[in-house]
Amino acid sequence: MTVLLTKVRERRSVLKGVLGGSAVTVALPFLDGDLNVNGTALAATGAALPVRFGTFYWGMGHTPGHAITEKSETSKGIGFLAETEALKPFEDDLNFFGAYAMPLDGRSNYTHYTGWVASRTGTAPAHNNDIPAPTFDLLIADAIAGNSRFFTLNANAVGMPRANYSARSTASRAAAEISAAALYQRLFGPEFVDPNNSEFKPDPRVMVQKSVLSGAIEQSRDYIKTLGAADKSRLDEYFTSVRQVENQLALQLQKPPPNDACLVPPAVTEKPMEEVKRIARDMDEVIETHGVMAKLFAMAVACNQTKVFNMAFTDDFANVRRVGETYTHHLLTHEEPLDQKLGYQPLTFWFNKCGSDGFAAFLKEFKSIREGDGTLLDNCLIHAGSETNYARVHTIDGVPFWLAGKAGGRMKTGYHVVGGADPVTRIGLTAMTAMGVPVESWGTKSLKTTKPITEVLNDRATPPPVKTESQG
Amino acid sequence: MSMKLTRLISVCCAALALTACEDPEPKLKGAPPDMRRLTETQYENVISDVFGIDVDVAGRFDPLRRTSGLVAVGAREARITPTGFERFYNAAKTVSERVTDAEHRATLIPCTPADAAKADDACARAFMTQTGRLLFRRPLTTAEADYFVKAAGEAAGANGDFYRGLTTSLASMLVTPQFLFVADTTEADPADKSAERLDAYARASRLSFFLWNTTPDETLMAAAEKGELNDSASLARHVDRMMASPRAEVGMRAFFNDFLALEDFDTLEKDPLIYPTFTLEVAENAREQIVKTIIDHVSRGEDYRDIFTTRKTFLTRALARVYRVPIDRTDNGWISYEFAADQNRYGIQSQIALMALYAYPGRSSAVRRGRAVRELLMCQKVPDPPGDVDFSLFTDPNSPSKTARERLTAHINAPACAGCHKITDPIGLSFENFDGAGQYRLTENEAHIDSGGDLNGAPYTGPEGLAQALRNDPATASCVVNRLYSYAVGRSVEQDDTAVVNFLDKGFAASKYKFVELMRKVALSDAFFTVSKPNTTAAASGEMAVATAH
Repeated sequence: MTVLLTKVRERRSVLKGVLGGSAVTVALPFLDGDLNVNGTALAATGAALPVRFGTFYWGMGHTPGHAITEKSETSKGIGFLAETEALKPFEDDLNFFGAYAMPLDGRSNYTHYTGWVASRTGTAPAHNNDIPAPTFDLLIADAIAGNSRFFTLNANAVGMPRANYSARSTASRAAAEISAAALYQRLFGPEFVDPNNSEFKPDPRVMVQKSVLSGAIEQSRDYIKTLGAADKSRLDEYFTSVRQVENQLALQLQKPPPNDACLVPPAVTEKPMEEVKRIARDMDEVIETHGVMAKLFAMAVACNQTKVFNMAFTDDFANVRRVGETYTHHLLTHEEPLDQKLGYQPLTFWFNKCGSDGFAAFLKEFKSIREGDGTLLDNCLIHAGSETNYARVHTIDGVPFWLAGKAGGRMKTGYHVVGGADPVTRIGLTAMTAMGVPVESWGTKSLKTTKPITEVLNDRATPPPVKTESQG
Repeated sequence: MSMKLTRLISVCCAALALTACEDPEPKLKGAPPDMRRLTETQYENVISDVFGIDVDVAGRFDPLRRTSGLVAVGAREARITPTGFERFYNAAKTVSERVTDAEHRATLIPCTPADAAKADDACARAFMTQTGRLLFRRPLTTAEADYFVKAAGEAAGANGDFYRGLTTSLASMLVTPQFLFVADTTEADPADKSAERLDAYARASRLSFFLWNTTPDETLMAAAEKGELNDSASLARHVDRMMASPRAEVGMRAFFNDFLALEDFDTLEKDPLIYPTFTLEVAENAREQIVKTIIDHVSRGEDYRDIFTTRKTFLTRALARVYRVPIDRTDNGWISYEFAADQNRYGIQSQIALMALYAYPGRSSAVRRGRAVRELLMCQKVPDPPGDVDFSLFTDPNSPSKTARERLTAHINAPACAGCHKITDPIGLSFENFDGAGQYRLTENEAHIDSGGDLNGAPYTGPEGLAQALRNDPATASCVVNRLYSYAVGRSVEQDDTAVVNFLDKGFAASKYKFVELMRKVALSDAFFTVSKPNTTAAASGEMAVATAH
């Protein structure tokens, strides 16, 4: 770490020279973030680029035999098939994880539920509403999101506030953002401080708001002394959440460092009520909403509004239709006959392919933003997964997972990793390791693992050589 | 009450006319005091009642998890995530800005500052203590009052505006745990020094959120202050006043919305090509129709069980199109309507609401409907399907099956499926005359629909037969008792509660199943207010769950 810090300092002093000795403000959020192994930095300030983490979710898994060519052992190269063809251009940004196991130690496979819960929390749920441990995106957020404006961002394109695959416990799960316009307002509305706006005047009223809020919460501690222990624990979480809003207010008072990657996107306006509150949502709408949200997510990350984000393309019960079809995606997986000639369920395949296409569209937004001497995607790690492998029979061994992005140089990419019946938690542990979370083991019972997948991790002690940065 | 005395009373009762006396209410230990997060509806109701301001927070707060059949029970566990707090804070800012804006300040702020460009502690104190008492559902402590006045003063000074000071201070009050959580505050029980009881304000909150789904009004707060809610005679007087108030309907609506899980309407989907008549307006009206039908029925003092047989309801023009009945109404309002016997709409279960909710976007679902009847209306648990079902049994493309009954016969015949499908399908199939939008039909894929059914081994025919079967099954009446009690105390019904629930059940039967009487009886019961000693041992698991990496 010392070495890396030195490199950054050197570059910073070089930049100071370039800028004619003018004072360079180093924004707290970036300093607090993990440093980029490559030592690349924001051209404008020399501050190290943070590495960010996200998840992407789609319901109903893949179509076996038509998504990825199977392999018997881990090697470079991913065999994209018809269902995943949209992801082929991202081969160098992706790793595919196949054949990992989800042992449940006698617990039931709650259909379309156990799969995502076990893979994201490391523990098999005890019932179909149970979140037995925090999802790992929150463990990462605890380590890196400290003073971002948004601790995490959660959204979905299916219009269901409950479809958020990030939760700290059964009783602690935020509502997902379901409206692109509301998401825009939250991110880039009047409270957004544009880092590239040369005019910056902190609003003194915000400081007063912050102090009054903090004071009110502080005095509520007397009241809490009167409560039982279980309630006190609930309030501990409440206080953590309060600090997040205090952070937001604090950030409104600081001038963020200039940031070339951050271009405030055009406003997204609310559709007329009769369109938004339609009674039916079909795949076309999901794709459209997701497209807008993906752009906003990518720019929110580039503009340093959040370091952890969770997007759900469809929900775990894939309650999505194609116009005029009597069956939803979920129903089709069970009731659509196998086409004897094709060897699969053709309509189900169409929906599954929409999931892969959606993931590709999501990645495209991150890849299209230049950051440092690479792209935003290079400084991200994005975990994508579903809750079943073959939804028709609810198999949860071999659920497809992807890790996209180079995580600031910590990830090797382009591999098809074969799990060989290892627990699926190795993927989450790998992500946490890449994100610098100090975690040695993760998961419980048979899902417990201490082994990140080293085949796709760059050794932190010997980072690849620092590239010479071109000033842009 | 001693055993001997209890027996004595029972003997007396036996000797007297039976209607004149009741068994005494059984005692229970009760659960430790807890705190329930305000639901979105409660938040909207409180803001509307305290300030006369409408806010829409639907779908914004951390979703409460339906637990033991009720969202009200999930509120007891609810935590607040960072996103959740952000949304509470944004709602608080919106509300506090509107309360103190030029339009509202004259009516909502009880005084005028000496100089509107400066702090005015006396006026701030008048407003913050008055508002705080309603929002915290008890008078502010001295420290709380001093803080909110000081905060208003600081913010007024910084902004050069007295009202901005109030805006800031009020916003912070609206995000305190004192406001967001309804907590059971307790005091030593004078009758039993070793026990705790709810204090007067906690009793007022319990009554108010149960009967009105909102914060206590001035009369109830005053009653709490005078200690009247601890005395059974004046408690009865207050409960009767509350039940006579128009807000009692708000309370009953909240219960039936929760009981019937009507929040699922928020994410209901229907395919516009398959069901062109099923518009957003129809969905909203269908949700209102089922609640309106029940409220009307129980308010008239009818037998609760007849909600499963009644043909009386209310319609709008939009609904009438889906029901395919002519109504004499030109605007969008409601009209009372009674279905004819041959229209096959018996009971709330055959209305569009439940038929559309427990179906798919483009088709009906006998399984989901059967399950909903079991779980929602009869409080019976249907297990989830196993993960490894081989659906190829039912998806043979060459199958000649045209109707749901033919397709589902495969479930009944497969041993792995039969156990549960025998519980759901015979009920669900008798709804097959209603398509996925709740429209009546006689055929599916041109084949005649056989809507015969079976409830616990008693066969019946079609919607009318099901209506009678549900009405006469003791499970439907005891289910609403169980849920209402659980809703009132905000926790699931445990072993400790069984005797009280049985007692309420008997009382419900004795009242000829008058729901309003049942509600009154719950509100007047000792069990409703009983708490055990607070649990003071550290909740280790809870602490662990929120421990962060830092």
